[in-house]
Amino acid sequence: MINIAIQILIWAVGIIAVVTVNALALVYLERKVSAHIQCRLGPMQVGFHGLLQTVADAVKLVSKEQIIPKNADKVLFILAPILAFFPVIVLFVVMPFAPNLICRDLNIGVLYVFSFASLEVIAIFMAGWSSNNKYSLLGAMRSVAQVVSYEVPLLLAVLAVVLVIGSLKMSEVVQYQHKIWMIFLQPAAFLIFMMGGLADTNRSPFDIPEAESELIAGFHTEYSGMRFALFFLSEYSNVFLVSCIATALFLGGWYGPFVNGIHWFVIKVYALVFVMMWVRWTLPRLRPDQLMNFCWKILTPIAILNLLVTGVVLKLVH
Amino acid sequence: MEMNVNPQQAAAHQKDGLMGVVFASLEKLLNIGRANSLWPLTFGLHCCAIEMMAASASRFDLDRFGAGVFRGSPRQADLMIVAGTVSRKMAPRIKMLYDQMPAPKYVIAMGGCAMWGGPYQYDGQYAIIEGVDRIVPADVHVPGCPPRPEGLIEGLLSSA
Ligand code: SF4
Repeated sequence: MINIAIQILIWAVGIIAVVTVNALALVYLERKVSAHIQCRLGPMQVGFHGLLQTVADAVKLVSKEQIIPKNADKVLFILAPILAFFPVIVLFVVMPFAPNLICRDLNIGVLYVFSFASLEVIAIFMAGWSSNNKYSLLGAMRSVAQVVSYEVPLLLAVLAVVLVIGSLKMSEVVQYQHKIWMIFLQPAAFLIFMMGGLADTNRSPFDIPEAESELIAGFHTEYSGMRFALFFLSEYSNVFLVSCIATALFLGGWYGPFVNGIHWFVIKVYALVFVMMWVRWTLPRLRPDQLMNFCWKILTPIAILNLLVTGVVLKLVH
Repeated sequence: MEMNVNPQQAAAHQKDGLMGVVFASLEKLLNIGRANSLWPLTFGLHCCAIEMMAASASRFDLDRFGAGVFRGSPRQADLMIVAGTVSRKMAPRIKMLYDQMPAPKYVIAMGGCAMWGGPYQYDGQYAIIEGVDRIVPADVHVPGCPPRPEGLIEGLLSSA
């Protein structure tokens, strides 16, 4: 019992450290990627090639004044950024980084991942509602509509994968792919998953909840200082998480040429993160109605069809 | 913070130099952080705004100095670049935006208009505020009509 408690404690500390440092690194990466895509240099002056840029940002954000608007719902307003960060940390518990590097290998790993991932939207709506600001509320409403809709094709795509594998356990999901990665068996599911992932993390081209030109900053318009930084970090951690899940489900987790191990997991995750940044800085934003049409009229039918075909083929094969 | 320090203790610490070092270096660290991540507020008033955009785009790239994150919300910005002519109708809004920004906050008055009214300053004019200093305190003035992006970068660096 005590062993388990100590193990969990070590994991908790490790996860929080990794999440924070990783998010800072991702912010730096995003600024560099965006800069090079736009033919700029990006941060150059703080540290070697701006490596300490996000540290300077963090120092500044910590020391900023924290404003709570007069008419805000104070309890929810303070709670929302914390709740936004919570699922990120909880989800790392079942991530299969390497064969013996999983904190808890739950029987219902996949289910656990997606149920906690949808908690995020509650935090976003809390933030939007409690700030008592029209832009925040509009942003939060858009975000809820978008996340709830895109969860449907995303889960249908994952369902097809689970059908093939026949297990919800994260380690078994990865072990199934030691010969052939799931992306080759389920290419449609992978594409749907990535699009749903982009929409779930509110990333461009699905970033209408924080569309700067219409909604200022979306649901976190009223947040300043450290609370804003928490939203910022949780956005980048979510990008990282979606890439982690995609790697585990579709790209064969820790398997790779030569030596299997955590390095393959990390390489694949960062490659996916790079693709998501690449998409963000090359595509324009969709209109809300285009976004909804795309989800309900194109993605969902394809996902259902994919599930149907998978089921029929499996039945014929067995 | 210094108000709470017992004078005797402070004197004792002055000998080993502990107190002063701790406080000074924290302040220094914060200042380095602030200086290197001045996020400007996304807004422009007149022709100078075009130069401001140019300063953040490819050739001049404000992001090199960590100042390229233009935030739409005043709650998340540290720096207000008043780029252009401040008309009487706009003045209350600028004041409001300034009040909405969390401290510590800085203002750069960019261009002749924001400094003293620029080409619109003449006897009997009724529509222009002659200098943004009359409504918000500007820390740095960047002269020019419009200033070159290098000018703005220079102003930014000297405010940092
Ligand atoms: S200073 Fe000149 S360029 Fe700048 S806003 Fe005024 S008139 Fe336009």
